[in-house]
Amino acid sequence: MKDKDIINVRKRQGEKEKYVRPLLKGLAHTMKKFWSKPKTIQYPDQKREVSQRWRGLHELTRNEEGELKCVACGLCASICPARCIDVTPYEEEGGIRYPKEFEIDESRCIFCGFCQEACPKEAIKLTRIYDFVNFSRDECRFDIEKLSDSKKHRFKQKKGKYEHLLG
Amino acid sequence: MSVFLMGLAVKTILVVSVCMLIVAYLTLAERKLMGYVQLRHGPNRVGYWGILQPIADGIKAFMKEEVIPANADKKVFIIAPIVSIAAPMLLLAVIPFGDTVTLFGREYTLYLSNPDIGILFVLGISTLGSYGNMLGGWSSGNKYGYIGGVRSTAMMISYELSMAFAVICVVLVSGSLSLVEIVHSQAGVWNIFKAPVALLIFIISGLAELNRTPFDMPEAEAELCTGYNVEYSSMKFALFFFGEYTHLFIFGCLVTTLFLGGWHGPLLPGVIWFFLKTFAVIFFCIWQRATFPRLRWDFVMKLEWKFLLPLAIVNVLVTGFVMAVV
Ligand code: SF4
Ligand code: SF4
Repeated sequence: MKDKDIINVRKRQGEKEKYVRPLLKGLAHTMKKFWSKPKTIQYPDQKREVSQRWRGLHELTRNEEGELKCVACGLCASICPARCIDVTPYEEEGGIRYPKEFEIDESRCIFCGFCQEACPKEAIKLTRIYDFVNFSRDECRFDIEKLSDSKKHRFKQKKGKYEHLLG
Repeated sequence: MSVFLMGLAVKTILVVSVCMLIVAYLTLAERKLMGYVQLRHGPNRVGYWGILQPIADGIKAFMKEEVIPANADKKVFIIAPIVSIAAPMLLLAVIPFGDTVTLFGREYTLYLSNPDIGILFVLGISTLGSYGNMLGGWSSGNKYGYIGGVRSTAMMISYELSMAFAVICVVLVSGSLSLVEIVHSQAGVWNIFKAPVALLIFIISGLAELNRTPFDMPEAEAELCTGYNVEYSSMKFALFFFGEYTHLFIFGCLVTTLFLGGWHGPLLPGVIWFFLKTFAVIFFCIWQRATFPRLRWDFVMKLEWKFLLPLAIVNVLVTGFVMAVV
């Protein structure tokens, strides 16, 4: 805020009797604001652009062959301060490890991003999705399938049949 | 005779329904204007640009549960909202919306009645509106409501005075008590140029009578949690609300009639001029509400008794003197 934005109704005790000019000033100010554009973001229709470094819903990334990059080392699970990651490793003969089950409880996650930092394989990352909704706590437990397609969980407003008539 | 009665009935229904529709949309206008002043949109979800919002509000008010507190004075509690809406609606009868028009070879006047003492009628009945607030606050058996009612009474007996003096000034200048005659006398020069100080006094005390924001003592949200209507719910609350906005509309009409030349204006037909001026006054009321903070209770009384009332009396004396000399 700049100095000129502040409306001083009473500067000194000697100026106490000045009533009319500050009132007119106030009226002019609100009139100016009346003609300027509203700052509102109309949420479901219009979404706020979040920062590139925003930490939102997790995603399990895949390599070119479409396999999960995760090797089920469990580093993310052990660093997680909220203890909301559950990894069950599975090892094939020949040393290929992959997670049999991988679950994140998004209702307990604090979105600190440590899992992403700890992962040696860049297999888990936090997307910029912030508006995913679920109806129960069980649904907040995201398994491999849900985590590999995070975009799907973005909240979309369902329009009713006649809603377009109402604007 | 029967044709005359028919015409009167049609005119009454027309005036009441049109004005009530306008009043319903004043609630939307207020919320929209305040929203834009505060860099918001205001209601915009019901209908295009929120155009159906008043209807939605009405339906909602009907559906709500009706609560009458156990220690309320039941009869007065029910009568109060009726009084507060009936008084301003009565005033619609004497507002001159326009001059005579000729339809199918007959002359029709664009006002319901033209009593010779029109302005006295207005002053008398508009005070009754405050009785609604007072009785409502008093009968609801709630301390906040009670304080709101007391404040409403105090506002009524103080600001009524300066308002009446401002009106006396207009009567002096125009030379008549009839609202139609007052408008006719402004055909050349509007009263705003002849009695600018009276306009200022009238607007300030009118805002106080309307319980609008710089003077919304009876329903100070922050201190009294909406004051006199705190115990009211459902349609009774809506009636209070509606009464307040009807009062606002009537206030706009009165300022137009007394000071802004009523239906006089170039080019456009008289009725349109009348409503344009009325809406300009109402816009000012909403605009200043979005601007000014509420005054403290003792300042409100100080403003009236130490400033407005002496000014109004001096104004009447000076106007009378000038009228006598010129
Ligand atoms: S973001 Fe933090 S809290 Fe959430 S799963 Fe990763 S490490 Fe755990
Ligand atoms: S996501 Fe990364 S850190 Fe977590 S188990 Fe898989 S490879 Fe290890």
